Amino acid sequence: MFNKILIANRGEIACRVIKTAHAMGIKTVAIYSDADRNALHVKMADEAIHIGPPPANQSYIVIDKVMEAIRQSGAEAVHPGYGFLSENSKFAEALAAEGVAFIGPPVGAIEKMGDKITSKKIAQKAGVSTVPGYMGLIADGDEAVKISAQVGYPVMIKASAGGGGKGMRIAWKEDEVRDGFQSSKNEAASSFGDDRIFIEKFVTQPRHIEIQVLADAHGNCIYLGERECSIQRRNQKVIEEAPSPFLDPETRKAMGEQACALAQAVGYTSAGTVEFIVDGDRNFYFLEMNTRLQVEHPVTELITGIDLVEQMIRVANGEPLSITQDDVKLNGWAMESRLYAEDPYRGFLPSIGRLTRYRPPAERAVEGATVRNDTGVYEGGEISMYYDPMIAKLCTWAPTRTQAIEGMRNALDAFEVEGIGHNLPFLSAVMDHPKFVSGDITTAFIAEEYPDGFQGVELSDKALRRIAATCVAMNRVAEIRRARVSGKLDNHERKVGDIWNVAVQGESYDVSIAADPKGASVTFADGETLRISGDWTPGDQLAVMDVDGAALVLKVGKISGGFRIRSRGADLKVHVRSPRQAELARLMPEKVPADTSKLLLCPMPGLIVKVNVEVGDEVQEGQALCTVEAMKMENILRAERKGTVSKVNAAAGDSLAVDDVIMEFE
Amino acid sequence: MKDILQVLEGRRAEARLGGGQKRIDAQHAKGKLTARERIELLLDEESFEEFDMFVTHRCTDFGMEQNKVYGDGVVTGWGTINGRMVYVFSQDFTVLGGSLSETHAQKICKIMDMAMQNGAPVIGINDSGGARIQEGVASLAGYAEVFQRNVMASGVVPQISLIMGPCAGGAVYSPAMTDFIFMVQDSSYMFVTGPDVVKTVTNEVVTAEELGGASTHTRKSSVADGAFENDVEALAEVRRLVDFLPLSNREKPPVRPFFDEPGRVETSLDTLIPENANTPYDMKELILKIADEADFYEIQENYAKNIITGFMRLEGQTVGVVANQPMVLAGCLDIDSSRKAARFVRFCDAFEIPILTLVDVPGFLPGTSQEYGGVIKHGAKLLFAYGEATVPKVTVITRKAYGGAYDVMSSKHLRGDFNYAWPTAEIAVMGAKGATEIIHRADLKDADKIAAHAKNYEDRFANPFVAAERGFIDEVIQPRSTRKRVSRAFASLRGKKLTNPWKKHDNIPL
Repeated sequence: MFNKILIANRGEIACRVIKTAHAMGIKTVAIYSDADRNALHVKMADEAIHIGPPPANQSYIVIDKVMEAIRQSGAEAVHPGYGFLSENSKFAEALAAEGVAFIGPPVGAIEKMGDKITSKKIAQKAGVSTVPGYMGLIADGDEAVKISAQVGYPVMIKASAGGGGKGMRIAWKEDEVRDGFQSSKNEAASSFGDDRIFIEKFVTQPRHIEIQVLADAHGNCIYLGERECSIQRRNQKVIEEAPSPFLDPETRKAMGEQACALAQAVGYTSAGTVEFIVDGDRNFYFLEMNTRLQVEHPVTELITGIDLVEQMIRVANGEPLSITQDDVKLNGWAMESRLYAEDPYRGFLPSIGRLTRYRPPAERAVEGATVRNDTGVYEGGEISMYYDPMIAKLCTWAPTRTQAIEGMRNALDAFEVEGIGHNLPFLSAVMDHPKFVSGDITTAFIAEEYPDGFQGVELSDKALRRIAATCVAMNRVAEIRRARVSGKLDNHERKVGDIWNVAVQGESYDVSIAADPKGASVTFADGETLRISGDWTPGDQLAVMDVDGAALVLKVGKISGGFRIRSRGADLKVHVRSPRQAELARLMPEKVPADTSKLLLCPMPGLIVKVNVEVGDEVQEGQALCTVEAMKMENILRAERKGTVSKVNAAAGDSLAVDDVIMEFE
Repeated sequence: MKDILQVLEGRRAEARLGGGQKRIDAQHAKGKLTARERIELLLDEESFEEFDMFVTHRCTDFGMEQNKVYGDGVVTGWGTINGRMVYVFSQDFTVLGGSLSETHAQKICKIMDMAMQNGAPVIGINDSGGARIQEGVASLAGYAEVFQRNVMASGVVPQISLIMGPCAGGAVYSPAMTDFIFMVQDSSYMFVTGPDVVKTVTNEVVTAEELGGASTHTRKSSVADGAFENDVEALAEVRRLVDFLPLSNREKPPVRPFFDEPGRVETSLDTLIPENANTPYDMKELILKIADEADFYEIQENYAKNIITGFMRLEGQTVGVVANQPMVLAGCLDIDSSRKAARFVRFCDAFEIPILTLVDVPGFLPGTSQEYGGVIKHGAKLLFAYGEATVPKVTVITRKAYGGAYDVMSSKHLRGDFNYAWPTAEIAVMGAKGATEIIHRADLKDADKIAAHAKNYEDRFANPFVAAERGFIDEVIQPRSTRKRVSRAFASLRGKKLTNPWKKHDNIPL
């Protein structure tokens, strides 16, 4: 076995690999850029080597620098993680040239699978199902109809040079093909100056389902079941699970065997993933093969009990697989939620900064669900603008899907992240979405269910009552403590009342509370009584409570006259008031937030790269106003409506904070 | 007998109605509560004891004898906030616009006298059209009687003013002399002369809100210490403030049970200071992580944001906090921040509230506007305030402590009791670049030499150890253990006794 391996990556995946390596008794070497000097993977590794400035193209993906680090450390093998150099055949070649083992597939396999057209051809040859279609030139409408009949309806008519939906038509029957062919051709000619058209099968209700394969250098190849990755936002996976709620054993077997056939066709070794698109009738078609460890590999590990990183290291060391296909048993259900430093309330824009608080739920089994959190950050760490905004992968495992989802809801509720914007509320919302819960999902789920973005969750009356009752109980603890201050007028102490009003999410609940040493009973005006227990004390930012026998985990903040409560994707202001306070509070006017429609505010912390307009310019709705760079991303800010620029407060090169005013309109 | 009791109830009911239901409804329509409703929310339930409910004015001019209302436009008395005694007056806008008459003033004076005698804070709720013009100089005399008592009470009992409606002309000077002024957004304003007079005299066109609204006074003028969204929130937050304050200068600040470990370690503080010395960080994070239960009551949050002032508790005991904020103007001292912090330090000292000072200060802000504005005298206020303060003083230098600003920020030399520094502290006359350019002026043209000199200077002085060698820093502490160290320091100072030489009073550079 290797004595020392270098991990050519950063963040959670570097930490993940280090954990397994240490468990196997292998020493680890981390590499880091200036931005990662204090990163978790650097702290975890046995040694760490600095490889340059923050941008990845000057550090993590510079092959020479990584090679130098390998030489310097004397590492015998390299794990590339995902991204960066993981699918770079030149890197694999460089390693081979120096006799350093690459913990991944052979160069040839990377190259063959790296090209979309080549990989598809190899897949077809290996008997892997691919999306039916006609790649050649189509002369006219008649030919298009003939081909469509062969491919099978519905079909997609696409311009060869196409992109962005231009020159694309979906046809469900013959005359639609004729019309579609002609209009696509015209559009393609005018848009791209290239009117070549091809036809392929249109996959309806598509799901993204992928097969994990594992192969050794001795000709063994097995598949470890599938992962369902349909919950995506703009091709970025957000939630994955294994197994898929959609596959039956026959389909799984067919997909698995085809995946292995493909792997063997290219002489694959190590862990790899074959991605398929699956339609509503469980027809599946090959998309591409990822020749690396996938981000979402933990769900496979959780249902198979196999440590994929360990297997990769052993395969790289030349060992034959110790597991056969028959040994692979899929046990229970695993969910993964990707925690991104992206603010869901601001159109999922990246958010950077210091993690003033970062407390993941404990990694343990709670109420039938096991929690696993793969992370690369820590409280007090920094989310920089240079890398992937993913900060953790929270996984739950349970015997059933329902339990795994419930486990995930609780784990998300208990996950404390402050200092940056993040998508925890969105993840919670999806876990409670009826369509997700039923397993009825496609890759269009987020686009269809959240067409206008995410504005938070409206909780049901039942959920609100549980929160309201808990807040009354917490408020009672806080008020009694306030009444215990020193310097009171003896014998004239304040008595904390039992009757309260809770105002939350536009609802108002009149309740009474009766406390005893074990907890409190909160009774609503209609007679419903909820029993609350828990050890929350003032200042606790997480309340782990029990409401009528069911767990309720709340993130608790302070607001005047109550609490800010975050739970299940909702962000609530909960006011707990005496009846008289409540009565008088109702007299208070609703304050309308200031009108910012005449301002262009900076939506994220970032650098102004370009300002496109000047004072006095008339701008149209949708016109680009300026470009802000954050997290390597250039974000173009556009006019929301027609107007005239009256003031420009920022110039290229300025660093701005969130909500800084970039320009004003008349 | 029964009839007599009924007469009393009848009179009380009449008094409680103030200017009548119509005017009460009008008050509500403006989003404002009535004088009595405000007292109800300010005090513990059923704890209010009213004085002078049946007082009426004695004016007979302009037909005023026909226009008498019980209470004469102000409700006064005492009650408790979380069981602790306070005196309160609340002007009733429904009665003659809350205007101040001779008798109205007398009612206020009565409770102020009692407050001073019995040692309890005075909370004034202001909602008044101003002087009762019909009474002429008698009304002015009334104001002055209140002013005189404000002066006498200053430093004896805490005085808190809530502005919950108009407060104009001479009326502003009573709140102005109290310890804290809080306003309500959109429904309160304060100014010496209103928009009409302003227009006549200076031709400036300005609205009442722009001239003296909550935003103006919390952001521009610093007259107000805070503003709240509405009456209900304002009253709840004043209750919260009173929980921090001693009842008088004869008593220790209050202590209340706490649910936080005094030895709580915060590992994340080890990375609070960014690698790059010119990168800002949020000092509030440190404040919240030191405080019991992350509870901090900020004073003048929106004014001179380069310095933070407010109250926290350590082990349940009130502590005043003054901290440079590197996020704004690099945390420098300037005219505004010096004035803001000086006033806060003097309040704490007057009422025996220990002071925690968190230092990251690059120096005083340079420039003509500062010098012309008198930064010398204003900066001296903070220096003076720290120097005369005899309360327990604990200081933590997190990063920069440069030049005269180092001296000012509760340094050892100003009788700091515990002066801690983080390992990241840089205590020096100035930054390395500036210092090198002065010391090695001869090498100015040689960039390499200057860089080498700067490096030497940094190695020698950009740390807390030079100061520690001299005992100016008592100890260099781990950031993560700041709460523990600071809590223990204040615990050890609970018996501190320090007296300044006798004097009639000092002569702080006003």
